[in-house]
Amino acid sequence: MAGSSTEYIKHHLTNLVFGQHSDGTWGLADSAAEAKEMGFWAINVDSMGWSIVLALVFLGVFKSVANKATSGVPGGLQNFVEIMVDFIDSTVKDSFHGRNPLIAPLALTIFVWVFMMNAMDLVPVDFIPALFNLFGIHFMKVVPSTDPNITLGMSFSVFAMIIYYSIKVKGIGGFAGELSLHPFNNPNPVIQALFIPINLFLEILNLVTKPISLGLRLFGNMYAGEMIFILIALMPLWIQWTLSVPWAIFHILVITLQAFIFMVLTVVYLSMAHEDH
Amino acid sequence: MNINATIIGQAISFAIFVFFCLKFVWPPLIAAMNERKEKIAAGLQDADTAEKDLALAKEKAAQTLREAKQQAAELVEQANKRAAQLIDEAKDQARSEGERLKVAAQGEIEQEVNRAKESLRAQVAVLAVAGAEKILNTSVDQSAHSEMLEKLAAEL
Repeated sequence: MAGSSTEYIKHHLTNLVFGQHSDGTWGLADSAAEAKEMGFWAINVDSMGWSIVLALVFLGVFKSVANKATSGVPGGLQNFVEIMVDFIDSTVKDSFHGRNPLIAPLALTIFVWVFMMNAMDLVPVDFIPALFNLFGIHFMKVVPSTDPNITLGMSFSVFAMIIYYSIKVKGIGGFAGELSLHPFNNPNPVIQALFIPINLFLEILNLVTKPISLGLRLFGNMYAGEMIFILIALMPLWIQWTLSVPWAIFHILVITLQAFIFMVLTVVYLSMAHEDH
Repeated sequence: MNINATIIGQAISFAIFVFFCLKFVWPPLIAAMNERKEKIAAGLQDADTAEKDLALAKEKAAQTLREAKQQAAELVEQANKRAAQLIDEAKDQARSEGERLKVAAQGEIEQEVNRAKESLRAQVAVLAVAGAEKILNTSVDQSAHSEMLEKLAAEL
């Protein structure tokens, strides 16, 4: 039993990977070890697929509402979408003090998309994998945000935007100055020269930590939550609901909170990138 | 759990979806919402104006009512005055008419009295003579005593 539970957990935590086999042919990996051998140039078909499908659902719904949006009395779906838009808009206005038309749509995309990816956690853990198993697909991880590739892919995109806007707003000199002249500075140029390496080290560390912590926080929370669902699924069938229901209810809070944190931190980081001293 | 090309794929799709949201989703929604905001603001302002107009109209109506009441009161007072005046006039007229009638009646009565006196005077002489004739049993010369009898009649 111990062996099969380990297998069950491992099986649930293995992505469906498409890449180049060691013999040179391309195809889906049959095991976790095989997937590892494929190296970097492989793709997690399940995470990628679900993430794109969810984004298409989100954008499809929002786009259809946007097409029909009236300034009259809004209907049910438009009401919901407007609540989201208004919520994002006010959050962005609160924490972002520059003027950049990109930030609010960016925040909306992040919030809704991450929320939907997290919400896949609430689908019973065996539901979709069992369905795909019928079609001969043996690995299926349905929660994209439990894949660090997904969360880090987004957080590094945010990182790229931080760098881009820092340079755009402050100029290369300003950005370099920000990295090298803080937190220690001294009017004496000799002492300042001594401080510069220390400052650079601290500030670059600070800068690089941002995307990593941003991506890993989301990944860690979702991974842990998914793990607990998997563990609950190992228990006898008749007792599962006593744990899975409370955990799922609690998890509704977690998935919303994590999506919100990811969005707010993105906005705050970009706001900091726009601040010119 | 391996880091692989998925990270690049996710970054690319992220960029595409954000771009799509920026171009096609966000602007119409926010435009509709802003437009509604303006509409509501305008509506509220209209309501404010209407309220002020209403208050003004109410005040005007009250003013008009007050004026009308005052006018009515004046009219009633005038009418009362006029009525009193008419009554007084009528009384005066009646009084003077009565006076006149009384005077006329008195005159008539006096005339009647005078006339009765005259006729009595005319007859008393005859009666006196007849009486005296009977008393004296003689005929009295009318012409001889007429002067004395006239004097007597005049004394009546």
